Amino acid sequence: MKEQLIQRYNAAERINHWVVAVCFILLAISGLAFFYPAFFWLTGVFGTPQLARIVHPFVGVVMFIAFARQFFRYWHHNLVTSEDVKWMKSVKEVMKGNEVGDIGRYNGGQKGMFWVMVGCMALLLISGVIAWRPYFALYFPIPLIRVALLVHAASALVLIASIIVHVYAALWVQGTIRAMVEGVVTHAWARKHHPKWFREMTGKES
Amino acid sequence: MALQSLDILRRSASPTAAPQARNPLEVAKLIDVSVCIGCKACQVACSEWNELRDDVGSCVGVYDNPTDLSAQAWTVMRFNEVEQPDVSGGKLEWLIRKDGCMHCADPGCLKACPSPGAIIQYKNGIVDFHQENCIGCGYCVSGCPFNVPRINPKDNKAYKCNLCSDRVAVGQEPACVKTCPTGAIQFGSKEDMQEVAAKRVTDLKSRGYDNAGLYDPQGVGGTHVMYVLHHADKPELYNNLPKDPAISTTVSLWKGLLKPVATLGIAAAGLFGFFHYITVGPNRAEDEHEAEEEVTK
Repeated sequence: MKEQLIQRYNAAERINHWVVAVCFILLAISGLAFFYPAFFWLTGVFGTPQLARIVHPFVGVVMFIAFARQFFRYWHHNLVTSEDVKWMKSVKEVMKGNEVGDIGRYNGGQKGMFWVMVGCMALLLISGVIAWRPYFALYFPIPLIRVALLVHAASALVLIASIIVHVYAALWVQGTIRAMVEGVVTHAWARKHHPKWFREMTGKES
Repeated sequence: MALQSLDILRRSASPTAAPQARNPLEVAKLIDVSVCIGCKACQVACSEWNELRDDVGSCVGVYDNPTDLSAQAWTVMRFNEVEQPDVSGGKLEWLIRKDGCMHCADPGCLKACPSPGAIIQYKNGIVDFHQENCIGCGYCVSGCPFNVPRINPKDNKAYKCNLCSDRVAVGQEPACVKTCPTGAIQFGSKEDMQEVAAKRVTDLKSRGYDNAGLYDPQGVGGTHVMYVLHHADKPELYNNLPKDPAISTTVSLWKGLLKPVATLGIAAAGLFGFFHYITVGPNRAEDEHEAEEEVTK
């Protein structure tokens, strides 16, 4: 029989996601180059070390703007409910591949990830602007710039670790990548992982 | 370009040891504030030798000119008029300090720098910026406890006093030392300079400056530019010379603890994913429901 599909992300949402993703990869590579001396050669992603230092913040601004668009698309889907708390508490069971609770569009893990990303992005933007030379850093006192540099590195590392989990989750739950590439998921995928959302979208029993 | 005759102790952002077989003498510049007359010959000598020309400034009501360090002014005289009851009985004192890089034994700029070889600490104690490797991030500015490095707006590279490393490499004293007309600036081995300072401190004490002393702050491992101060108990009097400078805790956390924590965190996320996949396996949505639907239709 023909596969039954549900649209999960439209073309605009997919483009938006991949703009953020590509910016993130470039920023993570150049950022890790500034953080780890042994990986300084990764600045080559932007041509030369000084170019990497110059371009990194501009790419960061693009990522932030694109992410802000995502924030306004999705924040209301990511309000944490008691069902999500149940999910988070049963994360061990989830890890074994068993579904927990009557999950809507997003589960507790996805919602948690969303808010971690929001927090990291906000901290990265604020600290990044404070440390940005030659344009903005000169307007801030040195002790504040020091804090900004620490916060920037720390929140970037939290974000990188989170994105690894985000990517892994998408790979692990098969059929998920398709949602962000082709925009669709199968009925079986939706029924298994997001039964409440499945009912809302199809009017069928899960 | 590292000066081959001055072996390297530390090199910024370099995880392995720098070449350091040779053992040059540890040097120091001693600035005797009590002998300085504020003539600014040192500023001129610095700008001549290093071929720097700062913009002609304007009078801001004090003698400070230029008013701050810059990529074109690696040393500036700071003039302070002090009149405090607990300092020399409240009589007016004109305290003049030649400001510039202190050449710390534990340099905050070098610790903060992300670019390999942009900051070099020679074994003789000189901390030198190699601008061809500088990327203009300004981390050195944040790392320095003395607020010394300055970014040049024209090329976005950091600059500061290099203690005339080119002159010292060929056995000459820094330009400011050579030109100082009162002998307020001296140069030699760090040990010799400490001896000279000790004599000066004894002399100052005998002349009523009970708190005279040598400024060689241990919080940064000692410095290779040292001051003889008549009020060593109050270095802040000399244009806010920090009393107990050290690399900021924030910088130490950023360049220290955060690195292993980050490595563990990122590695844990990656390894967890890998081992989870090869043990638990992928999470597939079975097609049984679709099969059932087919049957019921």
